[in-house]
Amino acid sequence: MKEYSVIGHSVKRIDAREKVTGAAKFVDDLQFGRRTLQVKILRSPHPHARILSIDTTGALNLPGVKAVVTGRDKEAGGKMGLYLADREVYAGDRVRFVGEPVAGVAAETLQIAEEALKLIRVEYDALPGVFDPVAGARINNAPLVHEQPSPTDLWWQGMHCLTTKPSAGEGTLLHDYLSGYTCAPFIHPVPGTNISNHFKLRKGDIASGFAEAAVIEENIFYVPHIQHCQIENHGAIALYDQAGNLTLWASSQSPNAVRKILSEGFNIPMTRIRVISSYVGGGFGGKAGVTTEGLVVPLAMKLPGYHIKLALTREETFQTTFVRQGLVAKLKTGVNKEGRIVATEVELFWDAGAYTEYGVNMTRSGGYCASGPYLIPHMKVDSYCVYTNHPVGGPMRGFAMPEIHWAIEQQMDILAEKLGIDPLEFRLINALREGSLSSYGVPMHGATLVDTIKAAREKCGWDEPKPAPSAPHKAVGRGIACMFKAPSMPPNAQSSAVLKFNEDGTVNLLTTASDIGQGAMTALAQIAAEELGIPIEWIKTNLPDTDYTPYEWQTVASRISYSAGNAVLRAARDAKDQLEDVGAKVLGVQREEVAIAEGFVYALNNHSHRIAVRDIAMGFLTEKGAIGAPVIGRGQFVPEGLTGLDKDTGQEVGGGKGPAPFYTYGTQVADIEVDTLTGEIVVKRITAAYEVGKVINREMCAAQVQGGIIQGLSSALFEQLILENGKPLNNDFVDYKIATASDIPVMDIILLETSPQPDGPFGAKGVAEPTMVPTAPAIANALYDALGIRIKDLPMTAEKVLAALKEKEALGC
Amino acid sequence: MMTSKAITMKVNGRDERLTVDPNRTLLSVLREDLELTGAKPGCEAGECGACTVLVDGRPVNSCMILAVEMDGTDILTIEGLGGEGALDEMQQAFVDHFALQCGYCTPGMILMGKALLAENPCPSEDEVKEFISGNLCRCTGYENIVRAILAVAARNRG
Repeated sequence: MKEYSVIGHSVKRIDAREKVTGAAKFVDDLQFGRRTLQVKILRSPHPHARILSIDTTGALNLPGVKAVVTGRDKEAGGKMGLYLADREVYAGDRVRFVGEPVAGVAAETLQIAEEALKLIRVEYDALPGVFDPVAGARINNAPLVHEQPSPTDLWWQGMHCLTTKPSAGEGTLLHDYLSGYTCAPFIHPVPGTNISNHFKLRKGDIASGFAEAAVIEENIFYVPHIQHCQIENHGAIALYDQAGNLTLWASSQSPNAVRKILSEGFNIPMTRIRVISSYVGGGFGGKAGVTTEGLVVPLAMKLPGYHIKLALTREETFQTTFVRQGLVAKLKTGVNKEGRIVATEVELFWDAGAYTEYGVNMTRSGGYCASGPYLIPHMKVDSYCVYTNHPVGGPMRGFAMPEIHWAIEQQMDILAEKLGIDPLEFRLINALREGSLSSYGVPMHGATLVDTIKAAREKCGWDEPKPAPSAPHKAVGRGIACMFKAPSMPPNAQSSAVLKFNEDGTVNLLTTASDIGQGAMTALAQIAAEELGIPIEWIKTNLPDTDYTPYEWQTVASRISYSAGNAVLRAARDAKDQLEDVGAKVLGVQREEVAIAEGFVYALNNHSHRIAVRDIAMGFLTEKGAIGAPVIGRGQFVPEGLTGLDKDTGQEVGGGKGPAPFYTYGTQVADIEVDTLTGEIVVKRITAAYEVGKVINREMCAAQVQGGIIQGLSSALFEQLILENGKPLNNDFVDYKIATASDIPVMDIILLETSPQPDGPFGAKGVAEPTMVPTAPAIANALYDALGIRIKDLPMTAEKVLAALKEKEALGC
Repeated sequence: MMTSKAITMKVNGRDERLTVDPNRTLLSVLREDLELTGAKPGCEAGECGACTVLVDGRPVNSCMILAVEMDGTDILTIEGLGGEGALDEMQQAFVDHFALQCGYCTPGMILMGKALLAENPCPSEDEVKEFISGNLCRCTGYENIVRAILAVAARNRG
């Protein structure tokens, strides 16, 4: 195996010093002096209502108020959206969720802005709402969250949410459906319904599959809305200068996507929009796409020269930014007497909320991954993205995988028990293996689930007795859950990187990848340092600034190490080529007879015949003149061979890889103790094994797993955004608990490198999101192991455990 | 009409004379008037700990305390830790143990670590977890933060 000098080493985070000293600036930390105005947002108290009138006169007349904007202003922009253009920044003639922005006020102080909100008069006409995705998906029998305008209505004409132009002869990439909203070609809304995407998958022959089954199990599982709970609230600051240039400081995972959506929504050319992302105080998907950024733009356009600042409160972050969407998952699964799964019929109803920035694509990912990490020959999957009058659903760590695995992995244990097979063995029997046919009909490669199951089995002592309970009224349990996840993205999700050498040989690494805590800046610098043969201390990774850093699709999908990593690797190769070229000339040897290490270009046949990179980074001056020029490396990457899925069967079309460049596989085993008097679950230990292709930074990789486990544990035991007729009842940290340091178990983490990704940088796959996926079902399976009770709706609160115990006793089993 | 009040407090070793409105929090005065943005707003309800600073050595949620009450106190924020370009041992331990990811809760966590060890130089693992359980972190899973604080304690014991 090749020895690396930087890759695989636990290099210290390059942003650590800034973050431990308070030097790291987050968006709310930025100060712009006296010409800064504070923004407050008037929000809908109704889950669904028509806006009859808005009177802002009182607010405008309040001293200290500089501007008020509503959806009726010309500055308010048009419909926008990432995959489906269904949103306005400020509500137009309807509100569709509690907390939807209705008006924005910019004032000299926060207090004045708050006062002004009280002076805005809005007349609403309440409408019936949709609060359940299953009922909401019914045809002709549910209120419509989005009305159906005539295709000739001017407001949507010409709107498009993907500007990617098709190559000649391929027809159009765009289509117009559902309320006249334009959407991406892989999204299939059902006109006249609340279904914004119906993903259909048909593999094999479902009827003959079930005919082979010895055991068939049908179950329904529920996942509530939860919040990302980044400790930094969302915020944005806009400056629209007198020359018409818009600068936006945002806490964003996707500065390029923000620029694109705002450019389209406000009809401003991209050269006149500059998005700067400060450090991001936690993302987890919640700061992808556009959430709050648009709100400040119309106010800035009304007030050229002012810095317009919006900082959301915790309550606003809870209910008006993205939430993880709810899910009702109906599974019917058949297994033959040898223990092989023969058929699965899956219906997924996603409670996507009032608008669907990402929900439509999660519906798709959840659909094509509905087999779980198992080989199932016959499948029928219907995954529905359903508009409801709930907060807007968005991506959250795992992008539909935690939600569907909550169902799939409990279903696996239920089946294993019916068959009398050990649940771990049952997973080994059915695991996807090299060459197994995916749900969409493509052979799987690098399918390493079995490796992770075996590693977890050994580490956790699966075949050994469980520890004894700590008290007579307590019970212990052990449960397993597996997972797989691909980066969910369109086939053309691109990355690019520029490596800019400085006069002293140090390097600025420019990308628009966001370090949201996952360590992108460090990992990308490691990739560059390894390839360039220079110390990592010489590299500075810059924060995103769309005027200066090159294009990055988005920091989502656990794809930055892979995709941006590849772009950085190519930029480093490009720069290295230039350095070696100049170095060889200066050293007077052939071009192929030099290499770079430790910051020197040296002759392969005489390592002491060398020249420092710093001496040639700008070219080299000899008595005969100059050799070379300033070194600048350029790298681009788009995954090769990704293809689409058929609209009616979900089967791969085009003879490529299908939607995913790779899958990351993992297994977690939970050891828990349950108090039968209080119902409280204490997680004692989580054993986690992940196959990551190649570890870029061991400590940082393990830290991702730790963080994901605790987020998974928190979602398993505590988290639910309680919605009553669309109104959130627990929108603060008093009533919505997340895991604290007191809740953490022992974590045994295994990082495997059994199947390096052929097109991954140094073999790396993504890992950040997969870490959260199996924790909740592993705990659920452990609970069943402990007490014989099965909770199918998250979270597994003490109340639910006690109720289930009582029910079990009443049944006398 | 509110009456502003003149206060003097020592912040990171420097005397600061300020005139503040009686309804303003210590957090807002630190961030806006003194431009010390290391203490972060996270919930402004005393529930997340991101705004933690030390007042006379004790950790407080600066979002929950009025600036006027701080007259005559000695305040330490993350900016005042370490010095002369060197990191404090707690800051260094957070770097060495990868005890931060996004960095937003980090200033508060580091100051909690300082406060704990000042009060209890040899805490058990459970005591560390208990002490920092009012400070929320959504990234790290807390494990490395606990390790970092325990490492400083172990080093101080020799």
